[in-house]
Order: sequence, then C-alpha cells, then structure tokens
Amino acid sequence: MYVAVKGGETAIDNAHRLLAVERRGDPAIAELSVAQIREQLTLAVDRVMTEGSLYDPDLAALAIKQARGDLLEAIFLLRAYRTTLPRLAESQPVDTGRMRARRRISATYKDLPGGQVLGPTFDYTHRLLDFALAAEGAAPTEAATSDGPAEAMPRVTDLLAGEDLIEREAATEEFETPGDLTRDPLDFPLDRDLRLQALARGDEGFLMALAYSTQRGYGRTHPFAGEIRMGEVEVEIVVEDLPFPVVVGEITVTECEMINQFKGSKTQPPQFTRGYGLTFGFCERKAMSMALVDRSLRARDLGEEVTAPAQDEEFVIAHADNVEASGFVQHLKLPHYVDFQSELEMVRKMRQEIAMAAQPPEGANAADD
Amino acid sequence: MPPMTDARMKTGKDAAAENGTTVNATYNFAFLDEQTKRMIRRALLKAVAIPGYQVPFASREMPMPYGWGTGGIQVTASVIGPEDVLKVIDQGSDDTTNAISIRKFFERTTGVETTEKTAAATLIQTRHRIPEAPLSEGQILIYQVPIPEPLRFLEPRETETRQMHALEEYGLMHVKLYEDIARHGHIATTYAYPVKVAGRYVMDPSPTPKFDNPKMDAMPALQLFGAGREKRIYAIPPYTEVKSLDFDDHPFELPTWDSVCAACGAADTYLDEVILDDQGGRMFVCSDTDHCAARQAAGHRGPGPATEPRR
Repeated sequence: MYVAVKGGETAIDNAHRLLAVERRGDPAIAELSVAQIREQLTLAVDRVMTEGSLYDPDLAALAIKQARGDLLEAIFLLRAYRTTLPRLAESQPVDTGRMRARRRISATYKDLPGGQVLGPTFDYTHRLLDFALAAEGAAPTEAATSDGPAEAMPRVTDLLAGEDLIEREAATEEFETPGDLTRDPLDFPLDRDLRLQALARGDEGFLMALAYSTQRGYGRTHPFAGEIRMGEVEVEIVVEDLPFPVVVGEITVTECEMINQFKGSKTQPPQFTRGYGLTFGFCERKAMSMALVDRSLRARDLGEEVTAPAQDEEFVIAHADNVEASGFVQHLKLPHYVDFQSELEMVRKMRQEIAMAAQPPEGANAADD
Repeated sequence: MPPMTDARMKTGKDAAAENGTTVNATYNFAFLDEQTKRMIRRALLKAVAIPGYQVPFASREMPMPYGWGTGGIQVTASVIGPEDVLKVIDQGSDDTTNAISIRKFFERTTGVETTEKTAAATLIQTRHRIPEAPLSEGQILIYQVPIPEPLRFLEPRETETRQMHALEEYGLMHVKLYEDIARHGHIATTYAYPVKVAGRYVMDPSPTPKFDNPKMDAMPALQLFGAGREKRIYAIPPYTEVKSLDFDDHPFELPTWDSVCAACGAADTYLDEVILDDQGGRMFVCSDTDHCAARQAAGHRGPGPATEPRR
C-alpha cells in the first residue's frame, strides 16, 4: 500500500548536522575565530554590515563564519537579527565634512584643500599573487603616518556650490524625518531619501552592473568622481532635557559624490548635478555604483527622458535587495507538485484536443496515444 | 572575541541548538515584537474591512528567506495566541520540508500545540492548497502569497495596477482570458486563477489550483493572505462571495480526473501524480495527506499502485 512520502523531519535534522560538519571543515585545521574574521576579513565584514543594514562588526563576523563565507547568506542572517531590535533613538545626520578621513581622493581636482590621501587602497597594487602571504607569521612593516594636525577637508561639491556651478541640495527641512523602508512599505514613486536608503541596502553586484550600463550608453550621465572619502564619523543623538547632542559612538563610512553634467532646462541654466553614495565601512565600489545609480534615478526629477533600465525607479529599486531576490529565486526549490500537476493536466488536455481535431471523423482507427 | 551582551550569547546558543523544539526565551512570543504584531493586525483589520483589497504593510525581515512563506508566517505570528492549535501544510501535505520547518519555527517560538488534523486546528497556514475537508467558523486559513497582484503579469508597474484597481478597470484581465479562449478554446489558467471578491476587487487566490477556487466562496472560516517580499496583506471575511472570473458562454470549469486516489479511493479530491517507475507507470493520490489518512482510517481503500496509466 502506498503512503505519502514521509521522513522530511529527520531529513532536515540530518541536513543541519551535515551542514555544521561541512562548515567546520577538517577538524585538524584550527578553527577560525570570529575575532580573526573581524580583523582580517574586514572588507567582507563591511559589505555584510552595509547590505545587512546593521553596524556591528562582531555580529557581521559571526554571520560570515556561520554562513561559511557566503556573504549574501551572512547579510540575510544579520537582517533577520536586526529586524527585531528596538528603536531607541534616531541619530542626527552624520557630518561627513568633519570625518577623520583615512582616504580622500578627488578625480576632478589635482590638488585641493586637505589634499589627496590615498589610504589603504588596492588601486595601485599589481594584482600578482603574493606567495609570501601563504607563509604565515610575518607582521607587515609599520605603516607610515603623517605628523601634525590634519588639515580641514571641505567637500568638493561645497567648493563648486560656492560658484553655483552645481545644484544646491534640497533644503534640509524636506528631509527632516527621512522615510524608513524597514518600517513602512515602499510606495512608488519614491522620494530621494527612500531611494538612497534602498540603494544603500541594495546588492553591490546589481548596482555595479546598472552603474556600468550607464557608462556604456544606456542612460549616460557623464559622471566625474568629485570626491571619495573614507574614515570615521561621530554618531550623535539628541537626548531629552539636554541642550546639546550627545556622541554615542563612531562608525567608519565611505562616501562618494559624483558630479554629473546637466544641459539645463527651460527653468534652469546648465549646471552640474549630483549622485550620492554612502556605505558602512570601506565599500568603495558599492559607494561609487550607488552614486551613479542615484544620479540615473533622478532623471525623472530633472526632466530627462527615461529610456534606460538604470533610470527606471521601479525596476531598479524593486530588484536591488539581494535578500529578497535570493529568497525568491531559490524558492523554486520548494515543491510545486500541485501547480505542476495543474499544468500537466492542461498540457495533456490540449494535446488530446489537438489529436482529436486531427483525427478523421468516421470509420478511421482510433489513434492510440 | 570581544564581550557580547547576554542576550546575544543566548541567541547564539539557541541557534546552535537548531534541532531542539524548546521555546526560545530570547525572542518574543511568536518571534515578532508586539509593536510589529500590532502594525500587522491593523493591516489585517483593514484587509478584512475591504475584502480582496491589497493592504500595504511594513513587512519585516524574517529568519526564513523571502518566497518561502514570510508573509504567511508574519500573519500567523500576529494572530496566534497560546491557546491556538496550529496546522501547517505545503502542497496539501503536513510533511513537506517547508511545512515542517515553519511548524517547528512556531513550536520553538510559541510552544503552541500543533496538529495535522484539519478539524482540530484553529489556525492553518498553507501554501498552494485549501484542505479538502470543509473549514468551520472560528478557524483561520492563512495563505502564503508570492505575487499578490493578479494584474502583475499583464502590467508590471505597481503605479499602473494600483490605478486599475482603484478605477475597477479589469478589462485587461478579461482580454487575457478571452485571448486564451480564442487561442485554446478554453481559459488556460490552471492555478492562481483570478477571482472577484464581494463584487469589487479582482484578487489572486495565491498559486492554489483552480480546483480549490470554489472552496473560497462563502467559506465559514476567515481567510488571510500574506505576501512578505511584496509587503501586501489581503483578506476574505467569512461568508464572502468569491467568484472565479469567466464569461457567460465560457463558464468557470473545474478540472476532472479519470482516476481516483490509489490510497483512499476518493473521487472528489485534488490528486497528485506519483511516478512509479521509468516505464511510464504512475498513480494518483490525494494531495491533502490528512484527508487521505482520515479516509483510510475510516476504512476507505483505493485501487493501489496497479492503477492503469492514464491516457
């Protein structure tokens, strides 16, 4: 007698056990500690924090360990942890102009107040495998440090704004209480605050591909990397009864401001426009991609014709979140017996109908299908 | 590793005890915090007040992936209480992996009693099926919904479809169904077959086979629909009219089987096809495993696997 397939529960338990064993790998090799990941895989930690929307290097490192190095899975773990955390306060906008910058470059000016600071970048390394790294143990030589107090670093876009060559940012009142897409469902069309929020959480690969497409002619924006800076900024909150904001901590962020050509319109003279990118930690590729896509998505606001995918707000924002995308793509692994059964019936019925129609009406032998 | 708070340490331990069914003390009852539940309940109330209308809600990230039932899980988490008895099915069965996973999640986070018996459950979370046994007043059927918008594959833009619903402009859907008839001689939609609720909103019944559509009509139980990734909730209050879209000269048709269930002999249930060998041998069994088991326990027998391959 046939009984419906059973045993799913044991199978799941066993799969989880196997997963734990595979995650650990060869027990003869020392186990990777969360601290090691936090200190030595910092760029992975930064990406997980950025797209996981939670600034916590320890938890991000733990997520990477638990996810066996699968960063999208780690992002998912962090998001699922973040989702239940209480909202204790809303911070003041961080002032990146006061950043203790460890890196600051501009592609539009050879030199500028505060100077160009290369910082810890891969940019000018030769991508040759360093076999010396395979032999562990040697500490790198001490990094060079500059002496003297750091010079102020005004933002490049502020320098341009002095001449009215670049659009002014919207008055701050408009964004006094920015939206929160984790607390309110998105309602298209979006304002720029929510768009930037969605892009900041968006998948780096997806945004980079879209950004790249604008460079290849699908909605050209003529961008210049006005400024990229990375370093520490203070996070402040306003506590009731205190007349001044209180610093609750310091976070590392990467900021990118793109400067884009704008031909002008009936009401506005030609002027440069902006694209903005911001990430936790050091996620420069993401910040640049985000800035390019942000500018493209402003096409509608700036009265430009919307022709390319990167300019299409619903297309970009609805598909940028990799936790959503990964879940739905992979849900195809779930059983679909019932729906497939319906389709089977339909295809059979349609084939039968076609066969019947093709059959000679009387006297002929019935086709055996 | 730097110091972590107590709560985190506990979470880590509980996560490690993945297979346990103990109630998890570090998370709130049913995982979601009370503010979130309240927000979802408000959306549910609105959904019940406007049958078939898709209410946007601030869907949360859940510890399961999107597309795996996060909408249904959030709805269940918001309405479940300690006295509830929960049944979870996927494809009609209590024993498919994802149904087990969701049931275990609620066992861990609520400690409520769970059941496989349709009649014994107060809450039934489902994916792709409605149980065969009629539901009764006081029961709640919670559907997991992947794409809540019935017009989505006709018009990809939310801004457009929202307007179409507002203006009750469902011509596009009727054109699609008409084109089916023109091309195939009948409507070629077999699951997620669109319905009109209470004479107003066209609604996606989620990817249940159209076989289940008539069960939604005037159902004594409350029907709630949750779409997590798409952030929408909708509902059908008890005893509400649910009509499958059709035409006067092409009325809605139910699929029929030439076979009966090989296990219990039922001739009026939705049947899954089971492949027996690589020679084309197959048989059909009830997709609703609880219904089938109950019939077998009551002495009903089907013809067994020897069923002739269907033409």
